Amino acid sequence: MKLSIVDYKSGNISSVINSFKEVANDKVNIEVTSDIKKIGSSDKVVLPGQGSFKSCIEALNNISGLVDELNEFAINKKKPLLGICVGLQMFADVGYEETETKGLGWISGKVSKIDNQGGKYKLPHIGWNEINIIKDSKIFKSIENNSHMYFVHSYEFIPTDKKVISATTNYSTKVVCSVEKENIFGTQFHPEKSDKTGLKLVDNFINL
Amino acid sequence: MLKNRIIPCLDVKNGRVVKGINFVDLQDAGDPVEQAKIYSDGGADEICFLDITASNENRDTIYHVVKETSKKCFVPLTVGGGVRNIEDINKLLNCGADKVSINTAAVKDSNVVLESSKKFGSQCIVVAIDAKKNGDKWDVYTHGGRNNSGLDALAFAKKMEDNGAGELLVTSMDRDGTQIGYDIDLMKKISSMVNIPLIASGGVGNLDHLAEGIKEGNASAVLAASIFHYGKHSVIEAKEYLNSKGIPVRI
Repeated sequence: MKLSIVDYKSGNISSVINSFKEVANDKVNIEVTSDIKKIGSSDKVVLPGQGSFKSCIEALNNISGLVDELNEFAINKKKPLLGICVGLQMFADVGYEETETKGLGWISGKVSKIDNQGGKYKLPHIGWNEINIIKDSKIFKSIENNSHMYFVHSYEFIPTDKKVISATTNYSTKVVCSVEKENIFGTQFHPEKSDKTGLKLVDNFINL
Repeated sequence: MLKNRIIPCLDVKNGRVVKGINFVDLQDAGDPVEQAKIYSDGGADEICFLDITASNENRDTIYHVVKETSKKCFVPLTVGGGVRNIEDINKLLNCGADKVSINTAAVKDSNVVLESSKKFGSQCIVVAIDAKKNGDKWDVYTHGGRNNSGLDALAFAKKMEDNGAGELLVTSMDRDGTQIGYDIDLMKKISSMVNIPLIASGGVGNLDHLAEGIKEGNASAVLAASIFHYGKHSVIEAKEYLNSKGIPVRI
């Protein structure tokens, strides 16, 4: 099985790489790459993302043919893809961080700033929070409801169709923290930094 | 519900963990990679490495420590001490740090915070403020607590938030190494002024001090070194204690 972690020069992905290498057995070939041919021939793709929505989209667009290849992989070939943090947020039609920016449009919805109730809640939402699993997603196999995951973000994905939501977390509002639409998976939290529970999720994705 | 975090801090010098008492009188306390792993297995919510003499000495050892630690610890890792510029931040992040804490460089040139938070995202930029009370105000100190910048700590905290810091790590220089508790007044004043999370540091001697930092100081996270390093308390004990006081923690 060949799994590609997309390295599109946006933020720090070493933690993501380390977590997949920790979990994967020797039958899994992990490639960290921006090479669209390698990505296209993968069985699974991980799309990390750090920084702002705008900077991540720009970084994707900076690599010629990458967005087309990801579209082909996730939408046409319907192969499993996991977006993490801004990687998940980019599934949306549009994001409002810094300025209005068009997203990948894979899951209809928008990414906007978490309503912190006029300063009552600190932003970024940083730390360990419990996830409410509301859909029996394959990536949550053997992960208990109310498990703790590590979050760090100020913006949230608000999908139009609520049926794609697989987990939420309680902060100032019920924040969407995991989505699943057919072959497309995403987590707002960082499984790579969520200790054993997070590694279990990584393992689940590898073994889909 | 978001949990309050407990962060053991490992002071690292030349690749080895040391304990600081008012930033002098150092003692060797072991291998940072192994210690970080023990802490993350023992329930630490994050690990913090402070490269304490990095401003003055060859600091390449820290990159190796961070690289090895990030392969074994799957909780967030914050690294600070002697971070001078964007290039240093970039290097630490590439080695596997999740957040970088900036102290002296942020005081010297606040654009470092502005630029780095834009480049890498606020989520990985922590500004470390070493504050010492002089009269009725707190001054910001730099170079591991050796130099008084003359800047007012409260105004500086606000400015760092405006410049894009994701968190503030506030250390009371008066309390550091004393084990008599956090400077609650300082923590409370800063945390009520800013909208970003505050990590309280400096002065923890018992578990009650951790509870005070959160309940009275309004800290989102509490950082401690010596009470954990020498086996006085485990992280789990600390969490169970906080839980018994009604403070939400990850258990």
